[in-house]
Amino acid sequence: MEHYISLFVRSVFLENMALSFFLGMCTFMAISKKIQTAIGLGVAVVVVLAICTPINNLIYGLLLKEGAMTWASPEMASVDLSFLGLLTYIGVIAAVVQIMEMVLDKYVPALYNALGVFLPLITVNCAIMGAVLFMVERDYNFAESAVFGVGSGLGWALAITALAGIREKLKYSDVPKGLQGLGITMMTVGLMSLGFMSFSGVSL
Amino acid sequence: MSEIKKVLTEPLFGKNPIAVQILGICSALAVTTSLKVTLVMCIALTLVTACSSAGIALIRNHIPNSIRIIVQMIIIASLVIVVDQILKAYAYDVSKQLSVFVGLIITNCIVMGRAEAFAMKNGPVLSFFDGIGNGLGYSLMLISVGTVRELFGSGKLLGFEILPLVKDGGWYVPNGLLLLPPSAFFIIALFIWALRTWKKELVEHHEFKILPNTEKSGGHH
Repeated sequence: MEHYISLFVRSVFLENMALSFFLGMCTFMAISKKIQTAIGLGVAVVVVLAICTPINNLIYGLLLKEGAMTWASPEMASVDLSFLGLLTYIGVIAAVVQIMEMVLDKYVPALYNALGVFLPLITVNCAIMGAVLFMVERDYNFAESAVFGVGSGLGWALAITALAGIREKLKYSDVPKGLQGLGITMMTVGLMSLGFMSFSGVSL
Repeated sequence: MSEIKKVLTEPLFGKNPIAVQILGICSALAVTTSLKVTLVMCIALTLVTACSSAGIALIRNHIPNSIRIIVQMIIIASLVIVVDQILKAYAYDVSKQLSVFVGLIITNCIVMGRAEAFAMKNGPVLSFFDGIGNGLGYSLMLISVGTVRELFGSGKLLGFEILPLVKDGGWYVPNGLLLLPPSAFFIIALFIWALRTWKKELVEHHEFKILPNTEKSGGHH
């Protein structure tokens, strides 16, 4: 249990997707003007990550890894399909997002309307793909990958909400002309990321 | 011909994918610690963008609108797999350093963005050059950031010593901040500032006007 808690805390703070690995930066910069929308996008990312990471973990463990197909027949023990990984992961992510869109539309229309615009965007959010690739690279098992998925999603949501909060205030400050908009946002994220680096001293 | 020249040169400054279109920032921050890794990443991204744009433009009239994202993704992902395998075969240590960022070219917004915005509406040749142009715009930004970070962060360029470090008996005290990932944000922000000072039309204006917060009239105190 302790192992999973430490993995969770590490993926939320120490290895924050947005502020330590800079994943999902494009959406991070573009959709952080208002807290409301930032929270909506954050929730969507948490849900998609929580579903996609474990599913891809199963696919990698049961089909793609070298020798993973042994369960089908002993002759397939030498089959190594890991080169198909990238194609499979992105396929799964696109499919999950698509299915989630339909399910939400049918059963939870309120949430669908709130997330509506952001759902398709999530397919190309590198935070999702990044988490899946990290999961493969670090060889997590099923339970670990589920915890890692939820944790890194929450970390990303936390970061974008914090940035949106800062930007809502920053709007009223007198920034030099050339820095207005993107420039000052970059600076802010840089400072936030420096702040998050202080977590790196924490050992779990 | 002039069309090709236009799509090649516009993304360098005026429509720079990173500084103006806000595309592909993730990798710009993470892979710029050393110039060698940066260069490999730039070449990989430029090739993938150009080839995927050309491929998508070739079949653009046959892609049903509702599944176009998935079709684009499959073309891009296949190209990235090729790049990934080539890197693993011929430049294993660089591929290890880039780790997940080669795979992340798939979700790099530049590739998708150009496919969606340009290749779906234009012919394959023009799309190919548009891909190259945007790849070059991205490379220009990344190489500048990578140069600043490696030169002032560790006094070297591509591993060759340029500024002799104090600890090796030289005079240069390296700036450790530049080796930390957040420094890339500050460098890119400064580049954006410079670019917008040069090209005034790119400046984003406030939605409202800020009044001075001190009163000018010399009334009572």
